[in-house]
Amino acid sequence: MLADIRAFFASRGVMEVETPLLSASTATDPGLDSFELEAEGRRFLLTSPEPHMKRLLAAGSGPIFQISRAFRRGEAGRRHNPEFTMLEWYRPGFSLEALEAELLDLIRALGWQAPAEHATYGELFRRYLGLDPFTADNEALIRQAAQVGQLEASVLDRETALDLLFSHCVEPRLVAHDTLVVSGYPASQAALARTSVNEDGQAVALRFELYLRGIEVANAYDELADETEQARRACSDNEVRQARGLPDIPEDARFLAAVGQLPPASGIALGVDRLIMVLGGYASLAEVLAFDWARA
Amino acid sequence: MATFATNEFRSGLKIMLDGDPCSIIENEFVKPGKGQAFNRVKFRNLKTGRVGEKTFKSGETVEGADVIDLDMEYLYTDGEFYHFMKTDGSFEQIAASKEAVGDAVKWLKEQDVFTVTLYNGAPLTVTPPNFVELEIVETDPGVRGDTAQGGSKPARLSTGAVVNVPLFLEEGEVIRVDTRSGEYVSRVKK
Repeated sequence: MLADIRAFFASRGVMEVETPLLSASTATDPGLDSFELEAEGRRFLLTSPEPHMKRLLAAGSGPIFQISRAFRRGEAGRRHNPEFTMLEWYRPGFSLEALEAELLDLIRALGWQAPAEHATYGELFRRYLGLDPFTADNEALIRQAAQVGQLEASVLDRETALDLLFSHCVEPRLVAHDTLVVSGYPASQAALARTSVNEDGQAVALRFELYLRGIEVANAYDELADETEQARRACSDNEVRQARGLPDIPEDARFLAAVGQLPPASGIALGVDRLIMVLGGYASLAEVLAFDWARA
Repeated sequence: MATFATNEFRSGLKIMLDGDPCSIIENEFVKPGKGQAFNRVKFRNLKTGRVGEKTFKSGETVEGADVIDLDMEYLYTDGEFYHFMKTDGSFEQIAASKEAVGDAVKWLKEQDVFTVTLYNGAPLTVTPPNFVELEIVETDPGVRGDTAQGGSKPARLSTGAVVNVPLFLEEGEVIRVDTRSGEYVSRVKK
C-alpha cells in the first residue's frame, strides 16, 4: 500500500519530503491536543506535518507529499489511535476540484472503485436533523444537541452543539454512502482553509472531507495564504484554549511568515490506517494496526 | 472519591451520574473531522438497573462511584434482611435488604456464593452466579418414554423459583439452571 502510494505520486511528479515530528510549536486548534515534552525548551509531537510542509511550499518546493506519523493526544477509540500514519500532499496551482479528482484517482489506484457522491454540510444537516446550521439560532441548536447528548445545555456553545449534532446524528448516517465528498462547512470550521461566500450568502470554508462508508478518511483545504488572517485565527484559538484551561501554544513566527509567502495551493491530509481499514472492510483500527495504542 | 477523565472511561468503570452510581457498559470516542471530540457513553444505573446513554465533551472529568463487587456466601434470612458472609476468611457479615437482593431472592441457597455490590459500604445489589444447582421440591410426576420428544412442565425448586423442566424429571432431583435466562440447563447426577 505505501509502495503504491509512492508510485502514484512519483508518476505525477510529486516530490516526497520529510519534515520534523518534534517541533517548537504545534496546531493551535482547540480540538487538537499535542503531546508535549521537555527537550531544550518546549517541543511538541506534531498533529500533522502541515506547518513544515507549508514552509517548503513557500520556499518554492513545488508539489510535495509526505507519509509520516502524526500524534493526537487523547484520541483513542475504534476509529482513532493517538499515533497514526498520515499521508499529506500539496498541489500549488490546484483548485479544490482538481485536488478532489486526484484524491479519487489515488483511492481508485488503491482499489476503491465506488463513484463519488457530493453533499454540503448544510444539506446533510437539513436532511438528517431538519435544522439549518447557518440560520438556526443558538438556542435551537443547543437545545437539540443537549437533548441528543443527554447533557446540560449550559456546557454547550454554538460550535460545540454543531459538532455534537454532526458527529451523533449525521456521521452515523453517512455509512449508506460508499464515497461521499462533503463541502460547504461553516466558515467557523475553516481551520487553515480560505473562506468564501456561497450562493446563499453564507460564509463557508473552502475545504472538503472524504467519507468512505461513513468513515472520515481525508480532509482538504484551499490553503489560506493570508498571514494576518492566520495570525488572527491562531490568536483566537489561543483565547479559546485559555478559556477551556488548555495549554497555550507558542506563536510560530516562521510558519506565519511562510503562510504569507504561500503560492495559491490546495492541500490534503489522508488517514492511511483508516483507509486500510475501509479497504479491508474492518470495523476498527485495532484490526489493522500491528500494535494499537492499548498494546503499543 | 477519585475523579476520572473521559480518556480513562472503559467498560466496567463505576461513576456517579445525576447522583446515582452507574457502571459504564460502552464508551465510544467520536470526533467530527475538525472540532470538539466527544465520548458517547452507554451506562447502567446500578440503583435502578436501567440503561441510559450520555455524551461527554472529551477531557471532562466525572466523579467515581464508591462501588465494589464482593464475592459473599449466603447464610440465612431473618425475614427482613438477608445475611451474607465474606469469603476471604474474615467471617465478616453484612445484611442486605429485600430491595438490594431483588430478583436474586429466588436463587438464594445457603452456602452458595453471590456477588454483592456495595455502594458506600452498603449492599446495593446482589447478583447470583450464572449457574446454580437446585433441588426440585414440587412437580407433576415424571413421564417416562420418549425424552427426545420435548415438552416441559413447571417445577418448583428448593429456593422457591419455578422453572420449566423436561417431562421426565422427578421431585428430589437436582437440576442446573441458568439464572440469567431462568432456564433449565441439565440434570445433575447426585
